[in-house]
Amino acid sequence: MASVNPALSYQAGNQRTLVTPEGVDLRIRLAIAGQRAGAFIIDFLLLITCLVLLTLVLAFAGIGTAASGSEDGVQLVFIVWMLGVFLLRNFYFIAFEMGRRSATLGKRMTGLRVVARDGGRLTADAVIARNLMRELEIYLPLGLLFGGEETNGLVALAGFAWAALFLFFPLFNKDRLRAGDIIAGTWVVHAPQRKLEADLADSDDDRRNRFAFTDAQLDAYGEYELQTLETVLRSGNADTQQSVANTIRGKIGWHYDDHDHDFLSAYYAALGARLERGMLFGKRRLDKFDRENAHDRG
Amino acid sequence: MERAAQQAIFSSRTFREEREADWAQLEKLLRRAERGSFRALSDEDLLDLPVLYRSALSALSVARATSLDMALIAYLEGLCTRAYFFVYGVRTSFGRRIGDFFAHDWPAAIRSLWRETLIAVALMLAGAIAAYLLVASDPDWYRLIMPEGLSQGRDTAASTAELRATLYGNDMEGGLSAFATQLFTHNAQVSIFAFALGFAFGVPTALLMIYNGAILGAFLALFVERGLGFELGGWLLIHGSTELFAIALAGAGGLHIGTRIVFPGMQARLAAARKAGRTAATAMIGVIVMLLFAGLLEGFGRQLITSDGLRYAIAAAMFASWCAYFYLPGLIRGQR
Repeated sequence: MASVNPALSYQAGNQRTLVTPEGVDLRIRLAIAGQRAGAFIIDFLLLITCLVLLTLVLAFAGIGTAASGSEDGVQLVFIVWMLGVFLLRNFYFIAFEMGRRSATLGKRMTGLRVVARDGGRLTADAVIARNLMRELEIYLPLGLLFGGEETNGLVALAGFAWAALFLFFPLFNKDRLRAGDIIAGTWVVHAPQRKLEADLADSDDDRRNRFAFTDAQLDAYGEYELQTLETVLRSGNADTQQSVANTIRGKIGWHYDDHDHDFLSAYYAALGARLERGMLFGKRRLDKFDRENAHDRG
Repeated sequence: MERAAQQAIFSSRTFREEREADWAQLEKLLRRAERGSFRALSDEDLLDLPVLYRSALSALSVARATSLDMALIAYLEGLCTRAYFFVYGVRTSFGRRIGDFFAHDWPAAIRSLWRETLIAVALMLAGAIAAYLLVASDPDWYRLIMPEGLSQGRDTAASTAELRATLYGNDMEGGLSAFATQLFTHNAQVSIFAFALGFAFGVPTALLMIYNGAILGAFLALFVERGLGFELGGWLLIHGSTELFAIALAGAGGLHIGTRIVFPGMQARLAAARKAGRTAATAMIGVIVMLLFAGLLEGFGRQLITSDGLRYAIAAAMFASWCAYFYLPGLIRGQR
């Protein structure tokens, strides 16, 4: 068997099965802790900005109505402020996650969305359950950290240590479930909107014909190396391409001094074609160590 | 060999070229649909969408078996995932969901929490009785139990006349509606907190219920000692029959989650937690609606109605209506 492929094992770690009714596994990827934290920080900053803006606007409105001497007006402003704060604090996440995208603004920016763990539809009660739990996960630790001068420092610290258990809950399980996810039966997947990238093998025939690789030269690598090469080509970093091109040249004994990018694209196209042809015949070569499935002559 | 290689490239390229337009079309429809509602799509688009989705799905299967272009497969996976959640996503309208909630979901959730509701009520009663006995035996306990902000001058040092005045006077200089809003948001936040604490195996929720009861008991002891017990009852219960009921239900939601996590029964622990969480969340939205009523009753009703009899009548009527709304449909159908 081949040596462990680091890229594949990483994907297997956070890849989960979601079989559609048509019988195709979508192979969804769970969001990693960093993405979750990033999304939350964006949301939280947005929330605080909205709260500050609401307070500022209503403070000015309050001053204006107070100046005109209308007590009912001041009261109305106060009511709007209290309800606004209450709704923002409790229903910002719920309202967005109940929408079509099942994601808050922060999650959209980081390419995340909330999904029911059983793959079914995301119901309103699940969204409500997972977000009301933020009271325990976010507001309680925050309150213990920053609130209450009258509480003893040590007591507050012990309280925070306890509350931090819920705050960092996602780090302690492999599905990155937070307390809210557990009671709602949801998880958060990374499903960003991708553009369809150009086909790298789709270069013009003239240029490709200049490079005629032998079978032995193409047998030097497998799928893992092909996909690494794809990443290198798409990232477009000239230095990396140069060193990769030199490594490949050395390995396959290519003595012509072509342009790095042209050489790599041509090699990618030829290697891809060869491996894909093998796939059609049920032969997959995972990486360069996979001698067993190396092509026989032909 | 050379020719065969050429053909392999050719076929993988044509596979993509033939379908690219369909994928772009699906992407366009999804973008429009996700931004707006179904109304953003024409009838034709709505008919096309599932067809395009299934063809993209089959393209994904083919690509996984024949293509080594990771970017292409990642793109198709992303596209199919988005389309899947749209095609099989929520279809009920918002109005319909609200209707279902009031007609069925809310009372059903409350009914399934009946056992925990009784426990929450018992905990509150226990707290109230304990605090009552403590304060009755030694009035110093009152200050220990009662938070400063809540007593607002109603303490052991106040004269009986002052205490009586707090029951019938308008104790807010500001308007009643602001007072009502403040009460509502505060109580709703506390009840959400009680619900969320349920995750810690329900223990903090139980403590919160006992403490809430204790405040009530201490209050009661103070007023009973001055011979104002009956009057306090009217003052408390006009909104309290709704508010305390709601808080007990929030506690019940928390306890339900906590106990189901500890004792999942025949279900897997995660499945039990999920079921409990969803039931309790439905109940919680109901609790917030109840607290809205309670806030209105406390802010307006209590300040405007000063007759004890009328206060008790409203309290009883509210309690009876809630019970009928929650439990009658279950009794009629002979279920819990």
